[in-house]
Amino acid sequence: MTALAPAPAPPGAPETAPARRPGRSRLGRIMQHGGWFVAPFLVFYGVFLVWPLVSGLWYSLNETNLAGINTEFIGLDNYREALNDDQLWDSLGNTLTFTAMLTPLIVAVAFGLALLAHNIKHGKWFWRLAFFAPFLLPSAVLADLWRWLYEPDYGLFNNALNERVPWLLEGDWAMFSMVLATLWWTVGFSFLLYLAALQAIPDHLYEAAALDGAGPWQRMWHITVPMVRNITGLIVVLQILASLQVFDQIFLINEGGPNNETRPVVQYIIQQGFTGYRIGYASALSYIVFVLIVAVTLVRLWLVRKRTDEKGETR
Amino acid sequence: MSAAMTAARKARDAVRTGAGEEAQGRRPRWTRGRVGLLACALVLAVLWVLPLAWALATSLKPEDETTDTGLNWIGSRITFDAYRQVWESGDLTRWMLNTAYIASMTTLLTVVLTAMAAYGFSRTEFRGRRVLYGLVLAGIMVPPQVLIAPLFAEMVALNLVDTYWGVILPQVAVPAMVFILVKFFEGLPRELEEAAYVDGAGRWRVFWQIVVPLSRPVLAAVAIFTFIQTWNNFLWPFLVTTDPNAMTLPVGLVNVQSTYGVRYAQVMASVIIGGLPLLIVFVFFQRQIVRGVAHTGLAGQ
Repeated sequence: MTALAPAPAPPGAPETAPARRPGRSRLGRIMQHGGWFVAPFLVFYGVFLVWPLVSGLWYSLNETNLAGINTEFIGLDNYREALNDDQLWDSLGNTLTFTAMLTPLIVAVAFGLALLAHNIKHGKWFWRLAFFAPFLLPSAVLADLWRWLYEPDYGLFNNALNERVPWLLEGDWAMFSMVLATLWWTVGFSFLLYLAALQAIPDHLYEAAALDGAGPWQRMWHITVPMVRNITGLIVVLQILASLQVFDQIFLINEGGPNNETRPVVQYIIQQGFTGYRIGYASALSYIVFVLIVAVTLVRLWLVRKRTDEKGETR
Repeated sequence: MSAAMTAARKARDAVRTGAGEEAQGRRPRWTRGRVGLLACALVLAVLWVLPLAWALATSLKPEDETTDTGLNWIGSRITFDAYRQVWESGDLTRWMLNTAYIASMTTLLTVVLTAMAAYGFSRTEFRGRRVLYGLVLAGIMVPPQVLIAPLFAEMVALNLVDTYWGVILPQVAVPAMVFILVKFFEGLPRELEEAAYVDGAGRWRVFWQIVVPLSRPVLAAVAIFTFIQTWNNFLWPFLVTTDPNAMTLPVGLVNVQSTYGVRYAQVMASVIIGGLPLLIVFVFFQRQIVRGVAHTGLAGQ
């Protein structure tokens, strides 16, 4: 830009129709259309998101294999089959158990770590590095690492405890072990969100409370916790959505074992589609999970709206 | 320390760190509570670093000592044999380059496409804009996991299996990023842009020469977040690549694993090698990464 406008913009400056030089070519004028900015993204969006979404729906109504031959329209049969598929409900149950165990843990631990790191004035970078670093590991690395830590005979944990805890060998333990590894791996993300939220709380609130004689615990319950409530809501939802799609670490650590007792629903979908070559059935299963996830999102939107409505009434 | 000095220091601290940084840190004295907090945090930090430290310790032991019971952090000698064997057994350099290429291209495409789209949605008028934006927002709810089966069939049809583009293209259209950028652009003052229009600049010049430079922090945030996600992505590259030459680092590591059997020093060496690149990046760009993650996360509100 040669001259950045010494002349102030006129108050009613046309924001949508830019001033055009008389000499501008016709092509140049067409290129001013806002659609050109949006079009490239929309092409990708259409080809790699909308189309698979639609074709997936179509596949789910067919008996289709991965090669696309022998396609046969079977209506809702895939969905009917899914309703009676114990393996689906078991794996879905595993995913829900995982979600229910992990979400409160993440919220509590992330908040605790953020409070600590925020209130210690020394070595901020060190706390961030220590608690956030695991988030940067690829899932394959996480899996190898924790399989070694959980190793029954030579692993770090059993060695340190001097006991033979069946971390990955028994169903209930295995689920707990998955939750523990995932907590270590992903809590750093929520930790950073909380840290940012804590830094945004204005000092004068704490000062005023301190003047009124509120102790540290009271200040935490009556100022910190309410002030980060929105972030907590956000973390809970992000966490639920991520946990419902859990696959990598459970598959890579233990392949959903023992006896499929930790197998998440995404793994079952992949097994149906890619190992069993039943892409139609896999698509139907995907749609069932999709509906679940949309439901969570809508509940979240509804809660947010309700809360803002309540606030509007009290004011 | 005299009262005047304390006051002066407080004022200086406040200026230096900015208002929000220090919430209660007005008395940097070592009270009992503060020592307790520090001790607590140190214990947790040690716990958090412990798994990686143990991995490092294991990787430096001679192979036959990894299964000794008892907590020996250092074996009879420190050896890099495991690293050498890992390096020879798999094509790690190739996988790292693959991953770097795929992550960079995905990041570049994502940032350019979503920034343009966000500008189009927030600053221009055209027929169907609202409907299209609504459609894009609805896409935020679609979990990528739902799409894998039909997406894979599409990749087979497009002949993109086992290619870089087969990994890159499906990861590029991220509606959440459009949403984040639209929110940011809406907060930008319009005056600069309008002045440029008066000067006769077209939309493209205004976008590239005014809006993009003004948005550098948020674009960096989107780029950093996308890069981390793509670098570490497992499921999609795992499904769409079978040729070892086209694999990304996470997929290659899983693939080569089967050849080690139970050789823990080697497995842990591969853990360290696989985790190191992003950790090094993090040490150098901590500030930007923290801001980037917090920003993209918070925008989810």
